[in-house]
Amino acid sequence: MAKERVIYKKPESLTDVPFTYCWGCGHSMAHKLIAEIIDELDMREKVIAVAPVGCAVFAYDFWDFDVTEAAHGRAPVVATAIKRVHPDKFVFCYQGDGDLASIGMAETIHTANRGENISVIFINNTNYGMTGGQMAPTSLISQVTTTSPYGRDVKNAGYPIKMLELLSPLQGVKYLERVKLTDVPSIVKAKKAIKKAFVNQLTNVGFSMVEVLSACPANWKKDPVKANKWIDEEVSEYFPVGKIKDIT
Amino acid sequence: MSEKELIKGNYAVVEAAIDAGCRFYAGYPITPQNEIPEYMSHMMPEAGGTFIQAESELISINLVFGAAAAGARAMTTSSSPGISLMQEGLSYMAGCELPAVIVNVMRGGPGLGNIQPSQADYFQAVKPGHGDYHMITLAPHNLNEMYDYTFGAFDLADRYRNPVIILADGLLGQLMENIELDRTKKPELLNAPKPWALTGARGRHGQRILSLLMQPGVLEKHNFKLKEKWDLITKNEQKFELTNMDSNPDYLIVAFGTVARVAKGTIQKASADGIKVGLFRPITLWPYPSEALKEAAKNVKKVFVFEMSLGQMVEDVKLALGDASKIEFYGRPGGGVPAAGELYEFIKKRVK
Ligand SMILES: Cc1ncc(C[n+]2csc(CCOP(=O)(O)OP(=O)(O)O)c2C)c(N)n1
Repeated sequence: MAKERVIYKKPESLTDVPFTYCWGCGHSMAHKLIAEIIDELDMREKVIAVAPVGCAVFAYDFWDFDVTEAAHGRAPVVATAIKRVHPDKFVFCYQGDGDLASIGMAETIHTANRGENISVIFINNTNYGMTGGQMAPTSLISQVTTTSPYGRDVKNAGYPIKMLELLSPLQGVKYLERVKLTDVPSIVKAKKAIKKAFVNQLTNVGFSMVEVLSACPANWKKDPVKANKWIDEEVSEYFPVGKIKDIT
Repeated sequence: MSEKELIKGNYAVVEAAIDAGCRFYAGYPITPQNEIPEYMSHMMPEAGGTFIQAESELISINLVFGAAAAGARAMTTSSSPGISLMQEGLSYMAGCELPAVIVNVMRGGPGLGNIQPSQADYFQAVKPGHGDYHMITLAPHNLNEMYDYTFGAFDLADRYRNPVIILADGLLGQLMENIELDRTKKPELLNAPKPWALTGARGRHGQRILSLLMQPGVLEKHNFKLKEKWDLITKNEQKFELTNMDSNPDYLIVAFGTVARVAKGTIQKASADGIKVGLFRPITLWPYPSEALKEAAKNVKKVFVFEMSLGQMVEDVKLALGDASKIEFYGRPGGGVPAAGELYEFIKKRVK
């Protein structure tokens, strides 16, 4: 009888519920990477996560560790309090660009500025996915969305916000990296960055954020392959991937 | 053993919270409650808890949400405009069934208003934000009660897994009074287990705190489950105080908080003139002690409702009595505080 060898298995930190995200959406991959890292760091039992308001509000269906919801944009605040109450636990929040860069801007900046020892995973899909693809602060110049039918006009809506570059000068911020998920090498890099952010918390380094450029094929009206191509050619042109800050 | 202490109302809130085992406080400056975050910034670290000066009331209430989700006894305090900013968070907490204590030291409104005492946030406390929910609302009328009600609010919040509001006002916050503190009293539920709290999924599957229930019918069921809780609270927690009811009064004053305190002077003035007036003081504004009020008003000729607003609680008085014909309302909005004689003048003109 041939001996079975496990090459790959579903991370323990994922439930048996299949992802319900759209075809080609970056949330599924980001969720899975986080679950894999939590398994690798052997910390499923000490994780407390905060889900955003946005498509990923359903993260708690897929992650098998403690998760709370938070009001739209307030995830880092809820995470702050949980971490202060349980400094020995691992606390992260997971937020979209509408959540983190628009309605939650003040929360993001003050949490970062206080240097809270939490990890933030920031999913930038350049629009409001859950509500049907409206313009976000991160929508590219000229990007057509349901509320910018003629393309984002900087005279009316300003320029896309680069959150990591905005947070970078704050002294409480220790680690900022932007990643994408468009091919295997970039997924490997993304995983490395998220893992570093998580280890930073475990070693009490302080506030870390990883921005994930993430495809939203359904709202971008592009098939997943073209969506990834658009990230490679246009989105990462404006939001350059790589380390923005590392004083760990 | 009790000790006497000359203390400001806002400080009494802090003492009570610390004594009740509150170990997480977040607050943002706003007059007339600034002494609370100020004193808390000394007391909380000393007690080994967490003090955070929030950068807005949105941050205050969501910090309290997180601390409650993590199982801590948590509190925030503010005054009227700040409480407005907390409404979304309070609705989330009620939906997620998270306990916490929120103190509103009310000031004049609407808008930025002023920093004089007011009771115009009655609606905001007892008929709050979005969705079907309630918050137990306690109205102190002296500084002993600022301490006692705040102390007791933490057990109430834990018992029902629901936010509890202390509805005070600028006068109660700023006043100094001798109060009697029973420092031997222990909070009942401080060490009661909170199996729903998020503490890491040790030896179990992950658990959730959420109010989002998207499947058809599930949210409706959740609301009915919450209603059972509101019904239970309504049955168990109504509190009120009667004054001068033994005299078989011909007239009844209904007032809460500072106005009830003033009305006690009014009753004395009236009785010196041979007019018998009683006082019904609701202590819980939600649940409103409607049956008790109906009973107290049964044999009186008139019911005088006095508030520091244009008339908010008076709506609940009408609902309780089911008949508005006996009710006379007098209110001072925008920071006006009535004097005992002023209320007596109002009564005298309407008494044969
Ligand atoms: C206070 C409040 N305002 C608006 C909404 C509606 N809303 C739900 S999700 C969402 C946008 C989320 O977009 P984003 O954060 O970019 O996440 P995505 O869905 O794209 O992953 C909005 C505006 C809400 N739930 N609460």
